[in-house]
Amino acid sequence: MTMPSHTASAAVPTNRAVDWPGTLRDAGLAAFVALLLTLPLVGLRTIDRPTGLGIEARPDEVIASIVLVFLGRLGLGLIRQNLALPVLVLALACAGVGLVLPMPTQVLRLVLVAGGGIIALRAAITLTTGRSKLSQAERDRRMDRVAVQVQHATRYIAPVAIIGAAILPLTPIADRQILDIGILLLTYIMLGWGLNIVVGLAGLLDLGYVAFYAVGAYSYALLAHYFGLSFWVCLPLAGLLAALSGVLLGFPVLRLRGDYFAIVTLGFGEIIRIILVNWYQFTGGPNGISGIPRPSFFGIADFTRTPSEGMAAFHELFGLEFSSLHRIVFLYYLILALALVVNLFTLRVRKLPLGRAWEALREDEIASASLGINRTNMKLAAFAIAAMFGGFAGSFFATRQGFISPESFTFIESAIILAIVVLGGMGSQIGVVVATLLVIGLPEAFRELADYRMLAFGMGMVVIMLWRPRGLLAHRDPTILLHGGRKPQAQNAGAAR
Amino acid sequence: MSAAMTSTDTPLLTVEHLTMRFGGLVANNDVSFEARAGEITALIGPNGAGKTTLFNCVTGFYTPTVGRLTLRHADGREFLLERMAGYRIAQQAGVARTFQNIRLFGGMSVLENLIVAQHNKLMDASGFAIAGLLGLPGYRAAEREALELAKYWLERVRLTEFADWEAGNLPYGAQRRLEIARAMCTEPVLLCLDEPAAGLNPRESAELAEILTFIRDTRTPGGHRMGVLLIEHDMSVVMRISDHVVVLDYGRKIADGDPSSVRNDPAVIRAYLGEDEDSELPPEVAADLPAAAVDPAAPVQKGA
Amino acid sequence: MDYFVQQLINGLSLGAIYGLIAIGYTMVYGIIGMINFAHGEIYMIGAFVALITFLAIGALGITWVPLALLLMLAASMLFTSVYGWTVERIAYRPLRSSPRLAPLISAIGMSIFLQNYMQILQGARSKPLQPILPGNLTLMDGAVSVSYVRLATIVLTLLLMVGFTILINRTSLGRAQRACEQDKKMAGLLGVNVDRIISLTFVMGAALAAVAGMMVLLIYGVIDFYIGFLAGVKSFTAAVLGGVGSLPGAMLGGVVIGLIEAFWSGYVGSEWKDVATFTLLVLVLIFRPTGLLGRPEIEKV
Repeated sequence: MTMPSHTASAAVPTNRAVDWPGTLRDAGLAAFVALLLTLPLVGLRTIDRPTGLGIEARPDEVIASIVLVFLGRLGLGLIRQNLALPVLVLALACAGVGLVLPMPTQVLRLVLVAGGGIIALRAAITLTTGRSKLSQAERDRRMDRVAVQVQHATRYIAPVAIIGAAILPLTPIADRQILDIGILLLTYIMLGWGLNIVVGLAGLLDLGYVAFYAVGAYSYALLAHYFGLSFWVCLPLAGLLAALSGVLLGFPVLRLRGDYFAIVTLGFGEIIRIILVNWYQFTGGPNGISGIPRPSFFGIADFTRTPSEGMAAFHELFGLEFSSLHRIVFLYYLILALALVVNLFTLRVRKLPLGRAWEALREDEIASASLGINRTNMKLAAFAIAAMFGGFAGSFFATRQGFISPESFTFIESAIILAIVVLGGMGSQIGVVVATLLVIGLPEAFRELADYRMLAFGMGMVVIMLWRPRGLLAHRDPTILLHGGRKPQAQNAGAAR
Repeated sequence: MSAAMTSTDTPLLTVEHLTMRFGGLVANNDVSFEARAGEITALIGPNGAGKTTLFNCVTGFYTPTVGRLTLRHADGREFLLERMAGYRIAQQAGVARTFQNIRLFGGMSVLENLIVAQHNKLMDASGFAIAGLLGLPGYRAAEREALELAKYWLERVRLTEFADWEAGNLPYGAQRRLEIARAMCTEPVLLCLDEPAAGLNPRESAELAEILTFIRDTRTPGGHRMGVLLIEHDMSVVMRISDHVVVLDYGRKIADGDPSSVRNDPAVIRAYLGEDEDSELPPEVAADLPAAAVDPAAPVQKGA
Repeated sequence: MDYFVQQLINGLSLGAIYGLIAIGYTMVYGIIGMINFAHGEIYMIGAFVALITFLAIGALGITWVPLALLLMLAASMLFTSVYGWTVERIAYRPLRSSPRLAPLISAIGMSIFLQNYMQILQGARSKPLQPILPGNLTLMDGAVSVSYVRLATIVLTLLLMVGFTILINRTSLGRAQRACEQDKKMAGLLGVNVDRIISLTFVMGAALAAVAGMMVLLIYGVIDFYIGFLAGVKSFTAAVLGGVGSLPGAMLGGVVIGLIEAFWSGYVGSEWKDVATFTLLVLVLIFRPTGLLGRPEIEKV
């Protein structure tokens, strides 16, 4: 129970001469691996010619990557051997050159700046702490402290954020583009919170969450298309149908253990997508469904200039000037409300036997069964409830877009939602918000780098897992305290599972 | 107290002809015995004798190949455990258990572990979460009661000051005690303990014995006494606190009776010391044995 | 009957490919207990390296087909192995003692990364290739024609399987690999370099996946950066079907899936063949989670 003391001096061999041959050999090996990696795929590019496929050599890029890898590895090696200061200067210079001087490609610039920055950071850490890098446990402990602080600050941040989100459309900066991004972010936040019930609380790795999103979207689209039902009738129906499909899919697979379960849910997600593509008589196939009706103002008023029969016009009802923005603002508030419902549900259910049973199942299924917890029912409930929220989000998506097709419900969507939950820190509500801003918000902000968006996304998933396997803001506060407001003991914070 | 009297007359748990096979391996072979309310029944035997398998049959983790397991509540209700799904044995028949390698909800707080144990009661009170979501008073009362029960057992196993700790951060001995408290929070009629003294130091073992005798004398909500079924290697604990000992060897029952008679049983001595009954025991082994084991005629004192 | 034999051979060659990929899944799962989600991408890289090698040696003027094929095979196995090794080193090794989900998430991230890496480097359009090994073998008085490529796939897979079985069962490397599969800690105590064995497992899996990628390129003559996902999921299904951890099982599972797909496309229609595979995966996991040749697992209490 004691905090391990910092074994600073042990990690860095002080007063030892630099082992040049060893360091160079190490860097050379890394460069050789880089050569093997880049030679076929970076160095030789296929190009489409009218006569067929052609090929083009890019030796400069191979050489550039080898040199960069060699220097990077060398720098890391030297940091460990008392040469942190020169490395810091050189790395900063490198990053500066990348930033200032003209570069043949943007990628090279990015690599120079990012690589130089990381190495400089490492060197700086070494200079200040005397160690080249923090051990996994230490990093975890530091991030735990951050997570605890964020968790406790949430009490004040959350109301501010909610009020901020609520008044955003009323502020002058709220143009069409800002509101669209807001709606997009809120949709993913809602999906993340929904999936968090299954993954974060119940500990079931669902790789096919997008299936329920699809069920919700198609439920609304098809009900509106075939029966002319309005959005406000369809929203609960879509939720119900998604929940039902959750139960149907969940029932046979819930007894499977961890990663098998994950793969089967992935399979189910794909099955639903393939059905949507292939059953074109009913679903429109790959072309999807267009002309999905827009929502009305709670069935009272329309957002068009000339409302349909029996409807008032929204702007006339409220005596406003007509603006096409009204509908966007309404959609924005709708998704904000839906997302908050999911959040509120999760916060409440954690303090109820249902939520506690989910967390118990996540911790130890066998112990849960020995206490008389019906594993299947509890998991089914988690699955169905999360599916229902996914269905709500899906029908919102359908009414916002006015057009849906199976394209929108591929595995990559599931992976993005899962990434939001896991990167944020499983079970952490605020983590989902932070991760959504990172995963969805950042790429939106850097649209011009659109080609590299998914590349960076994949790399980001790997890097964050390496840096903090439990997710950025993973922290759990007990749902009930015996000793009132007194904080749990310090030892509690460092618990790693 | 007539109810209590009858409950000791009819056995709480009756195991009849229990056989459990895994492929070709016979873990339990035609085992029959009884456990009574108000008694601690110890299940002992060398490693691999099939004790834990038998336990898993009683608590519903395995379905026995052959045999009948009957649990009788004091109010006359009978449960055929071999026909019940695992979680129902805990939920309806009132059998609670602990595990050989502790299984706590390590990421949850100590108190939460004890509240989770009262899941079914609370689940009913919360109307499958609906009443709970709405915050109806019925659920809040039930939650207060659950908290009281949790506090009672926290006090009993001396963990009150650790209530808000993560269970996984407790020291080993405290984790053992918490697991017993968690099992007791399900308000069982039969408590099954799988090697609760394993890894405890002598002081902690003594403390455990105290807790177990306290549990034996505990009354269930109906005012009846409950039974304890115990797997244990630590003979000093077994001999001190158990009222009834069942000995297994190679999956079969080889002895059954009160501690003193079991201790003198030649079959038991053979099982623990080896097959060869004709040869003289080596002197250093003989010296370690209780006098009674070497000389069956010698007088035995219970609870030595 | 002719049609049946035709589909049988199509199914067998397709199954051989799934089997080769499935071995990578099954070995990695056997040794570190994780689903290497990026393995499908490794196979895709194998196909691309084979394609690029072919184009490169074409540009160098080598036109003798057997030499070209050999060079393609060697290059694709070598370079793809390096990718397999690097992926393990970067994305999985630091996470070996982390919570169970972390390596899986990292693998999903790696898979997305590799897909887009290839898309950026080689373009998003699908890459067609003229047949390198044209010609058919006609059987049953010309009623059935089997392309040489498919035959070569089946033969090559058989050879690789034999070699691989010897490697695993007879060599000290194979012994160390099996020891790590049983108990990594103990194997480490007995002097086995566990990290090295795990790296080698990834290298071997990647090399076999590269062969699969090259054969797909030769049979279908077209590849794109997205082929890894579906092939990966199907091969994982094959590994599960055969029993995760069992090498013959992986091959058997691959063949079963290949046959199902071939016959389903042949007799029912190709649109629903993926649904058939996924349904099979679900059914196997529900009714026989240990697979056809896997060892049963008793829930330890």
